[in-house]
Amino acid sequence: MEFLQQLINGLALGSIYALIALGYTMVYGVLRFINFAHSDVLMLGAFSAYYLAPAVARVLPLPSIGGALVVGLLACLICAGLGVLIERLAYRPLRSRPKLTVLITAIGVSLFIEYTGQHRAVFGADTKRFPELMPGTEFHLGSLIVGSNDLVVLVTTLLLLAGLWFIVHRTKVGTAMRAVSHNQQAAALMGVDINRIIAFTFALGSALAAVAGILYALKAPGIDPLMGVQPGLRAFIAAVLGGIGNLPGAALGGLVIGLLETFAGGISGLSNYRDGIAFAILILILLFRPAGLLGKVTVEKV
Amino acid sequence: MFSRSPLSLPTACQGAKRWLIAAVLCSILLSFGQFNRYYLGVAMDVGINIILAVSLNLINGYTGQFSLGHAGFMAVGAYTAAKFSLVFAVAAPEPARPVLFLVALVLGGAVAALSGLAVGIPSLRLKGDYLAIVTLGFGEIIRVIVQNLEAVGAASGLKGIPKYTTLGWTFALASVTVYVVVSLVNSTYGRGFIAVKDDEVAASSMGINPVRYKVTAFVVGAFFAGIAGGLYAHHKQFLAPTGFDFLKSIDIVVMVILGGMGRTASVALAAVVLTLLPEVLRPVSEYRMILYALLIIGLMMARPQGLFAFGRRAVK
Repeated sequence: MEFLQQLINGLALGSIYALIALGYTMVYGVLRFINFAHSDVLMLGAFSAYYLAPAVARVLPLPSIGGALVVGLLACLICAGLGVLIERLAYRPLRSRPKLTVLITAIGVSLFIEYTGQHRAVFGADTKRFPELMPGTEFHLGSLIVGSNDLVVLVTTLLLLAGLWFIVHRTKVGTAMRAVSHNQQAAALMGVDINRIIAFTFALGSALAAVAGILYALKAPGIDPLMGVQPGLRAFIAAVLGGIGNLPGAALGGLVIGLLETFAGGISGLSNYRDGIAFAILILILLFRPAGLLGKVTVEKV
Repeated sequence: MFSRSPLSLPTACQGAKRWLIAAVLCSILLSFGQFNRYYLGVAMDVGINIILAVSLNLINGYTGQFSLGHAGFMAVGAYTAAKFSLVFAVAAPEPARPVLFLVALVLGGAVAALSGLAVGIPSLRLKGDYLAIVTLGFGEIIRVIVQNLEAVGAASGLKGIPKYTTLGWTFALASVTVYVVVSLVNSTYGRGFIAVKDDEVAASSMGINPVRYKVTAFVVGAFFAGIAGGLYAHHKQFLAPTGFDFLKSIDIVVMVILGGMGRTASVALAAVVLTLLPEVLRPVSEYRMILYALLIIGLMMARPQGLFAFGRRAVK
């Protein structure tokens, strides 16, 4: 029972990491660099929801499923816009430069968002209580306790993964994304508007990050401008673990890291080393599979 | 790219030795002077950061690897040296202390070099982003271990480290670091670092073993980062695990990038500027870090080859 309980908690946490990792991996697929600012888009998603919730509450009842959906969708739109803006202002001017230049810029953007967020005129550095978006209950199955939040996380992730799979594999824009990630120049010659596809990728990844940010905030005690750093780092590990640039790899990596973290946390004496364990596992796996778990098996990258 | 540094000519190399002696002598003279405590503290920070940036430049700049874990090596050196001092030097008689301090620093450097070896080995198989994340992970693992190790104070930090670091020690060791890195890179053997950075395949077809050069760069770089850590420990007299996080590594990387990768003199200058910048920005401390972030972004847009990279051709 203890094992099943941990499994459910681990899966819920892992799904959130998976959603974030997908954003890292998609951007890597089209632009070949690690977007360090992604973890801050997640934070901005949670803060959008924080400020939207009172406004939405005037029109729709909150906490309710409908209200939560509206808040979530609006936060997604805001973050998608911010993601596109970041790409347009910071990354597009550098697209033909060496990758390292873009990587450092991404770190710069990340620091900029974090420190601006901490300024008292913006969000402030203090921790804020996240509003309840959904009616929360607990289901008791024998001695097993499943929080409704965990179920929401799992269902949302599954739906989003299915939606993402559909976009990437069954729509015209998804085909273009795969073409761009496969060979940017050839895709451009075939009439794909590279700038539009890259902007779309950022919008999609940032929207996923917004959802992940809200789901993470629902489970966390509060939100602050640095809340994205830890889950962002884990998701980053997850993306590399699965093979960066590989979509199923990112989802798998997220689940693996979430489960590992939960199970390691359950073992006394190991729980303090939790942050280190994820990295240690990553390094071990990379020693044997330098391109990540699914890095070479699937050639297709997005 | 960057295939020559200002001191690359053989004659200039002999000059370098003279410069080294002059720099060390000046450092020793400096340590007899009386200075305002605040300026003294800032000056020592400058020296420590020069060691960190110049040693990281060997790994990231000359050899073309991307390490994001330099703060990890620094932490290893800092904790090793501090623990050694706390156990041995405090009980030792006064005249023996400078010798024991040197032993502590070298020991810290040596243990850091060993950890550099441990990180260098994965570079046998990993490249680019994957290597970057492994080094980042290494830094985080070190931080987590230190945070849980009761022997070094765990999360509450290591207190009561004797104040042995002086301006003289700091700048003498900074001079030695600059000298060793410049001489190494400009030696016949050391040309291999640049060859590995420029083109690994071409280098190995010319009989250069890239793995060996990469591991050497990590070991030497880590050694000096360890020394800098030891100086830092005996300067601040207090070590907290949070002081060696990912952000500290980023700070050092930014010094290297700001100066210009693979240019020792420029990187040292960048270390000076970036250490003084927060002090200068103290009146607008609220916006300090925001300005720092904007500086990184603006720099990458306007001068990706480095702010102080003068006189030679730009990045291809």
